[in-house]
Amino acid sequence: MDFWFFIEVFVGGLLSGVMYSLVALGFVLIFKASGIFNFAQGAMVLFAALTFVRLLEMGLPVLLVLAITMGVMVLLAIAIEKVVLRPLVNQDLIILFMATIGLNYFIEGMAQLVWDSNVHVLDLGIDEYVAFEIGDAFINKFDVWAALIAGGLVLILSLFFRYTVIGRALRAVADDHQAALSVGIPLRTIWIYVWTTAGLVALVAGIVWGSKLGVQFAISAVALKAIPVLIIGGFTSVPGAIIGGLIVGCGEKLAEVYLGGFVGGAIENWFPYMLALIVLMIRPEGLFGEKIIERV
Amino acid sequence: MKKQNEKNKYSQLMDIKNVNLSFGGLKALIDVDLQINTGEILAIIGPNGAGKSSMLNVISGIYIPQKGIVKWKGQIRKKIAPHNIARMGIARTFQNIALFRGMSALDNILTGRNILMKRNMFLEMLYLGPSKNQEIEHRKKVEEIIDFLEIQSIRKTPVSRLPYGLQKRVELGRALALEPELLLLDEPMAGMNVEEKEDMCRFVLDVNEQFGTTIVLIEHDMGVVMDISDRVAVLDYGIKIADGTPDEVRSEQKVIDAYLGAG
Repeated sequence: MDFWFFIEVFVGGLLSGVMYSLVALGFVLIFKASGIFNFAQGAMVLFAALTFVRLLEMGLPVLLVLAITMGVMVLLAIAIEKVVLRPLVNQDLIILFMATIGLNYFIEGMAQLVWDSNVHVLDLGIDEYVAFEIGDAFINKFDVWAALIAGGLVLILSLFFRYTVIGRALRAVADDHQAALSVGIPLRTIWIYVWTTAGLVALVAGIVWGSKLGVQFAISAVALKAIPVLIIGGFTSVPGAIIGGLIVGCGEKLAEVYLGGFVGGAIENWFPYMLALIVLMIRPEGLFGEKIIERV
Repeated sequence: MKKQNEKNKYSQLMDIKNVNLSFGGLKALIDVDLQINTGEILAIIGPNGAGKSSMLNVISGIYIPQKGIVKWKGQIRKKIAPHNIARMGIARTFQNIALFRGMSALDNILTGRNILMKRNMFLEMLYLGPSKNQEIEHRKKVEEIIDFLEIQSIRKTPVSRLPYGLQKRVELGRALALEPELLLLDEPMAGMNVEEKEDMCRFVLDVNEQFGTTIVLIEHDMGVVMDISDRVAVLDYGIKIADGTPDEVRSEQKVIDAYLGAG
């Protein structure tokens, strides 16, 4: 076994894991603030990326496109609150979860109806094939950028949740609606904040994934890879989403390279779910999730 | 052990006139009048299903009665959004504890001050300038409440790990953090042991005395009610059958009948 080759696979895995973390973050935000598992997160990533790339193709300047797309995500959040969440206030979480499944198909359909279903190239001006060399290992420059973006996002979100008045209100709403209302926290406004934030995270994820894979329908399926990330990291932890992503990314790449040969390859596709299963058996709340304490 | 706090006693904080509330065919409140005087401790009692909780929700503004008027400080109160109740100066605790379970006791109480805080997300995240001062100032207030309720030792404990009595105390702390004029307590001593009940009684009296907060409470434990209330209103099947000092109410025949199931 070649040491530098190992390092290359390992670091490559970490960096691709960061990409999963980006998607997982969107899930964590909404789960943390409302207890809803938002099935539509993948569709939001697709919608954001499509909006971004199509506006860019119209020849508008990048910053303007970014601003418009952010605006669109805010509007989407407001619409979701009005049309989906508001009529379902006080319903069981499972009902809200079902609603997000519907939302998922709606947004996927709408994204392709408004824009189109072709594959679009998104060029951020970072050459995918340029690599750093550390020792004898090659590290992809694009992945490093993605990692930096994800890291920054996590830092901001962690600070936001922990130290801001609104962040505290978000946590309060997640814990108890009635109690939150009783101390004067407006549920609806808070939900708009949450979905907006999740929408903006989806935009970042969409841009990063879109420039790697091209903006296409398959992006919404990336959300599936976020599920083992969430199970491993814990549904309620922002840093957990990152660590979970790193474990999944690293685990699947290493497994593919070093174990794949014995079982005929392509284990990258199911290995993360195996890891998730093991975590579920040992620590059901995930590595960083809030501990579930049951009074007996 | 009854306190004598006569200041402002006769000015009315809330005046409820002729209130009717029904859910479909079920009449929860029928022609109920109720005054809440500034600075008093008012207990609402009655058998199960008498309409006590409905009354509390009318007071807080969660339920809008079909008939009758509610005056808040002399003004007729219109329909209000649930999250604006706190802004009017009305705080409450719940019969089934409604705490933010993922947070520490301290954060729970701090959240009670959310509406009193100014917001600047960016400064808050960096813990800079005015945001830092604001946080320090609010933390000071919160620490005062923590001292007052004698829960210093559990400040950083996640509330889900606390025993029942202490959870109730944290919930009271969160309501106090709003600095309310009117505090509504929905069965504050339910499910407590004797020692916890005594503590809670003491805190209720102290809140009333030290902060001058007007308190309306619903309670089953008659001993507690008679001990700490200035005034008691009795509901039975949605009708107010008595209203007066604990001694007056205790000797009222209708009340005795309602509680013993006679009549």
